[in-house]
Amino acid sequence: MKLTELIQKLNLSVRSAKTHLDREVTGGYASDLLSDVLANSEEGNLWITLQIHQNIVGVASMKDLAGIILVNNREPEPETLEKAELEKLPIMVTEMPTFELVGKLYSLGIVGTK
Amino acid sequence: MTPDNKISRIQELVYEIRIGEVMQSDVITISPQTHMSELRKILREKRISGAPVMDGDEMVGIISIEDFIKWLADREHDCPISEKMSKDVQTLYADEPLTQAVNKFERFGFGRFAVIDRQSRRLLGIITKGDIVEGLLKKLEIDHYKEEEEIYCRRVEHFFEDILADKVVLLFQYDVAGHDFKRAGEGASRLKASLKRLGLDPQIVRRVAIATYEAEMNLVIYTDGGQIRARVEPHEIFVKVADSGPGIPDIQKVLQPGYSTAPEWVRNLGFGAGMGLNNIFKCASKMELKSVVGKGTQLYIRIDTKDGAMSETN
Repeated sequence: MKLTELIQKLNLSVRSAKTHLDREVTGGYASDLLSDVLANSEEGNLWITLQIHQNIVGVASMKDLAGIILVNNREPEPETLEKAELEKLPIMVTEMPTFELVGKLYSLGIVGTK
Repeated sequence: MTPDNKISRIQELVYEIRIGEVMQSDVITISPQTHMSELRKILREKRISGAPVMDGDEMVGIISIEDFIKWLADREHDCPISEKMSKDVQTLYADEPLTQAVNKFERFGFGRFAVIDRQSRRLLGIITKGDIVEGLLKKLEIDHYKEEEEIYCRRVEHFFEDILADKVVLLFQYDVAGHDFKRAGEGASRLKASLKRLGLDPQIVRRVAIATYEAEMNLVIYTDGGQIRARVEPHEIFVKVADSGPGIPDIQKVLQPGYSTAPEWVRNLGFGAGMGLNNIFKCASKMELKSVVGKGTQLYIRIDTKDGAMSETN
């Protein structure tokens, strides 16, 4: 499924790289540990986290992820947004907590990597 | 192919580009009760040559500078716009290709068309010949830029083949400041971009990038800084990460997954889960860690470019 479709269906607010939402999402990974994401996420995955500092952009672009969704209404730090714009990495926010969001993503067909 | 039957990029583009992509979407509308005498000021201030006339949600006509000039020339009395506007409103759908607009401009000779949504029939924007020209030029410019970038990439991609030597080695060095979380990861990210440009296998590039990123994070979290040196050869990428202290007292222990000495605040950022060295180990073809307390630590990571199929998530 395309990122644009998910944004629409889950009513996500896009905070960065608004012109780069055309990407196909290959799956999802939820974690707040950066090394865990580096080790276990896969290219084209959506990453669900509550971390908002700029290093999440570094991790996501290392792994060529499709985007990051921040849960619980958490807003990215200004530096995070700046970096995300530079890396053309979409960051989205939702009021849902991780559990609800992952459940909805699963029911839309976005599944885990294993 | 003769020049006559060769399809130009422009001809292709008028079929590729949708009207919705080039129209102006913040449309200035005018109410039918507005007087003709007020029109000049509106057109001049908004810098437009015409506007849809809206009665509430319904589009009832289009008024343009041509209508205004005709009204002036006829020296008629002031009246509401609704009496002078063109009521025969020709519309275009936002999802139609540009060629549709070009045809309609030719057929009707109008200066502008209202663009509506096919389903809801709501007004989405307005399109003029100028918008079409601008849209085409923009697309051509993007094409041109992409082409240049491709040429550039291709040039670098064949770097190793183009160099005439028995052995070619590229050396990249990145200096990492300790405790600077704002810049943490920059070295790895720049290395990744450089390797990508060299046209190396994306899987290899990702493995080098992840291993380097984790090593860089260790420099940032635990040391006063250090250096990353990447030696790139056609068969292997060798990354050496070195610092000058404090050093690791028990190497066997830090290699255990989950073991970490990171302070609480670092863990709160999502680092220090005791997975870093383990991640590096998984990405590397070979890894070696040497450390002397008080002197510093050296980490050697070798990634064989023939190991392309090996995934970093294995």
